[in-house]
Amino acid sequence: MEPKIEQNNPKPKKRFELPFHIVKRSNLPLKQKILIYAAALVGGLLLSALICGEFAGKNPFSFFGLLFKGCFGTERKRWLLFTETALLLGTSMALIPSFKMRFWNLGGNGQILVGSLSAYSIAYFLGSKLPEGVLISLMFAAAVASGILWAIIPAIFKAFFGTNETLFTLMMNYIAAGLVLYCRASWIKSGSGQFPTLSAGILPKLYNDKLITILVFFLLAAVMFVYLKYSKHGYEISVVGESENTAKYIGINVKRVILRTMVLSGAIAGLVGFFLIAQTGQGLSPDITNNRGFTAIMTSWLAAFDLPVTVLTCLFIAFITKGMEQVRSGFGFTNDSISKIVIGLVYFCVISCAFFVNYKIVFRKKEGK
Amino acid sequence: MAKQVLVEFRNITKTFGSVVANNNVSMQIYKGEILSVLGENGCGKTTLMNMLAGIYYPDGGKILIGGKEVQIHSPKTAFEYKIGMIHQHFKLVDVFTAAENVTLGVKDGTKYNLNFVKKRIGEMCDRYGFHINPDKKIYEMSVSEKQTVEIIKVLYRGADILILDEPTAVLTPQEINKLFAVLRAMRNDGKSIIIITHKLNEVMEISDRVAVLRKGEHIGTVETSETNEQALTEMMVGKKITLNIDRTKVENPTDRLFVKGLNYTNQEHIKVLDDVSFVARSGEILGIAGIAGSGQKELLEAIAGLQPLDSGEIVFHRPKKNLPVSFYHKTFHQVVELAAMGKFHYEDGSKVDLTGMSKKEIRQLVNDGKILFNEDDVMNLRDKTPLQIRELGVRLSFVPEDRLGMGLVGNMDLIDNMMLRSYRKGHSILVDRKNPENLAEKIVSGLEVVTPDLHTPVRRLSGGNVQKVLVGREISYAPTVLMAAYPVRGLDINSSYLIYNLLNKQKEEGVAVIFVGEDLDVLLGLCDRILVINSGRVTGIVDARTVTKEEVGLLMTKTDAGKEEKHGTED
Repeated sequence: MEPKIEQNNPKPKKRFELPFHIVKRSNLPLKQKILIYAAALVGGLLLSALICGEFAGKNPFSFFGLLFKGCFGTERKRWLLFTETALLLGTSMALIPSFKMRFWNLGGNGQILVGSLSAYSIAYFLGSKLPEGVLISLMFAAAVASGILWAIIPAIFKAFFGTNETLFTLMMNYIAAGLVLYCRASWIKSGSGQFPTLSAGILPKLYNDKLITILVFFLLAAVMFVYLKYSKHGYEISVVGESENTAKYIGINVKRVILRTMVLSGAIAGLVGFFLIAQTGQGLSPDITNNRGFTAIMTSWLAAFDLPVTVLTCLFIAFITKGMEQVRSGFGFTNDSISKIVIGLVYFCVISCAFFVNYKIVFRKKEGK
Repeated sequence: MAKQVLVEFRNITKTFGSVVANNNVSMQIYKGEILSVLGENGCGKTTLMNMLAGIYYPDGGKILIGGKEVQIHSPKTAFEYKIGMIHQHFKLVDVFTAAENVTLGVKDGTKYNLNFVKKRIGEMCDRYGFHINPDKKIYEMSVSEKQTVEIIKVLYRGADILILDEPTAVLTPQEINKLFAVLRAMRNDGKSIIIITHKLNEVMEISDRVAVLRKGEHIGTVETSETNEQALTEMMVGKKITLNIDRTKVENPTDRLFVKGLNYTNQEHIKVLDDVSFVARSGEILGIAGIAGSGQKELLEAIAGLQPLDSGEIVFHRPKKNLPVSFYHKTFHQVVELAAMGKFHYEDGSKVDLTGMSKKEIRQLVNDGKILFNEDDVMNLRDKTPLQIRELGVRLSFVPEDRLGMGLVGNMDLIDNMMLRSYRKGHSILVDRKNPENLAEKIVSGLEVVTPDLHTPVRRLSGGNVQKVLVGREISYAPTVLMAAYPVRGLDINSSYLIYNLLNKQKEEGVAVIFVGEDLDVLLGLCDRILVINSGRVTGIVDARTVTKEEVGLLMTKTDAGKEEKHGTED
């Protein structure tokens, strides 16, 4: 072989060259993964602090103090933080089984809302006529049943006609919201035009009115963890989600799994709807879900549908949401758009850092010395 | 002849994550030669050529063209250096004609003028001996025609260096001969041709020189005239290896699976299966030969219960004759009923009559294995789901073509993939992962599966190991019928022979094996009978011991040739 010839200018004339290229990582150790996500989180919060401080004309570092004060400042705030976490967790648990099956259920809001509507209407009309225990059981059953109904309709269409479930479940949200508005218009003839708060059909206090919600959803999370990971049903869900062809090949009845799983999804969403009403007896409104049906998509996706991690992501979102309420008043913002911007920013940072988990950037070494 | 170095690789290195695809590869390509790049799957031969074609960019080292170092950033840059690649999976627009595909993306400053393009295509065809109708749409073309379009596309762009990735993988013997003639004509015209392949006989037939790669390293380049298949194999594999398949005699074959008049028309109104009939026998390997997409997939899936049919029968004879009845498959009630119908006999041949016997006596007789079946079970498998087939007690194992998309779940680990077949067992609502784990361990050690551990997702394993896992699982259920579609596709030589031996062993144990293959040499060497399928129609069932490759090749294309003639008269 001839000797190497060093060339002074190896590059062709006109071409612009990036000084780096992107290489796929094979397997990042867990420690580094966590480190990358933590860095993204801190980066996102720092960015948010700077932006909020700039807008409010205040010291950006007081942002962090307010954030923590909003979540942990008083006992009540701590309870609220965990209630929000529990409700988000509940909603995530409604979505995770369907997502694991690659059934893109965007109808969490609607399924929760019809659950709330059923529970509320039972308490509203029968509240004075039935004993409290019966009433609550009825509310519970109605909420779960209507949640199931809202989830099973798109599931039937998907299983038997191959209808796109994404749009279908999404549209069911608007039907649910419309239904609530319709009921309000036809039931509440006078006064404020709002659903009144309930006087009956409120869950008994267990230490306070929030503990029972927190307990129920965290216990349910444990059950769902076992169901998804160790049960035959959970295994079937994973197989159908990973590859429908494989499912058919080994004789899984794909239609049945879709329907069964969506019944479960709907039931849990209905349960969330039930707790929204029965926890404090608050009046029904189309905004009662507080958009958790969509927020839960983010929490479950970020956790890669892994339940223990979902607990953390729910806590994180609850933390930002509740903390931003304090930041808002502390910084004197008059509307809540700023908290949405912050959540968006932090999310943007966390999601985009997934790039660095999967890829690394390699800078081109200078050749010819 | 003075050889002029056209392309030179110098210390080329390319890594994907922790995988080193090419390590310090240095080699040269001469003007006017046919160079084979030989190596097992995953040895980095395609990666190396992709760097020449501008698909990948090397992490280290240099590529020199005509003695000058060049940076090839894209296929477009590659064309500027007169390099063109014909990929294994064609990259053509289906709804365009040949001529439209050829001119697509060409920026030579001339106006878009299809007639001019067609004229130039015609000139090329005359020069190198192609045959192509430039007005034919791609979706109407056979694989061989599509390949021709790809080659013309590259020539049209003025390529002097042509890289062909596994060009013969999907061609019949006759088409391969045609292709080789064209390649020789191009070489004689001064073009350099690089063929990426792992087929030794073709290397010996076509190439002037052979470059052998193993595990990303360039082992050496030799003149074809100075080497032989055995020596090349040793370079490829790194050790001595025998390339013989032990084909044993068929021992008392019994008809096991009857397939009669299967018809299936798909949604595009194409007859995918056209009156397919055959019998699969126990203790023999029935090969299925045919051009890819002739209905092989649908045929196997129909038998496995995955493919609805228009008409036809699939009848399975479960070996039962002279075997004892057991309470494993039949309830007490069924045994009494069957006895009353005269379905049983005793060892001495006398008829079983259970009337008047006590429950305990009957149980005793069954448990002692005294009551034997008169006849085989005849079962209709048509329109049954895979689960129903299994519930009938038919042990039908199926190694599908799409390993990670159908046979296995890529994102699940070995244990969970073992569970696919067995997770329903037991009444618990929870799954049992202990037995699948034992099975996975057994397969990993028995078939030498290379995997970090049992908890690795199977998609991370190499193709050969994935296939071992799949075949191992399917064989572990002691099948009576074993169907395998392209079980060695993409596998290295060692793994391929391991699979052949596994199939042979199943055959010796009395399993009816159905083997869909693409390599005719293997089909002729491994199978007992070969069924040739062509556009969904069985064109022949031949004795694999006496038939020749050319005869099978003719059967594979029998009606296609007729169609081509028709087109010819129309033009």
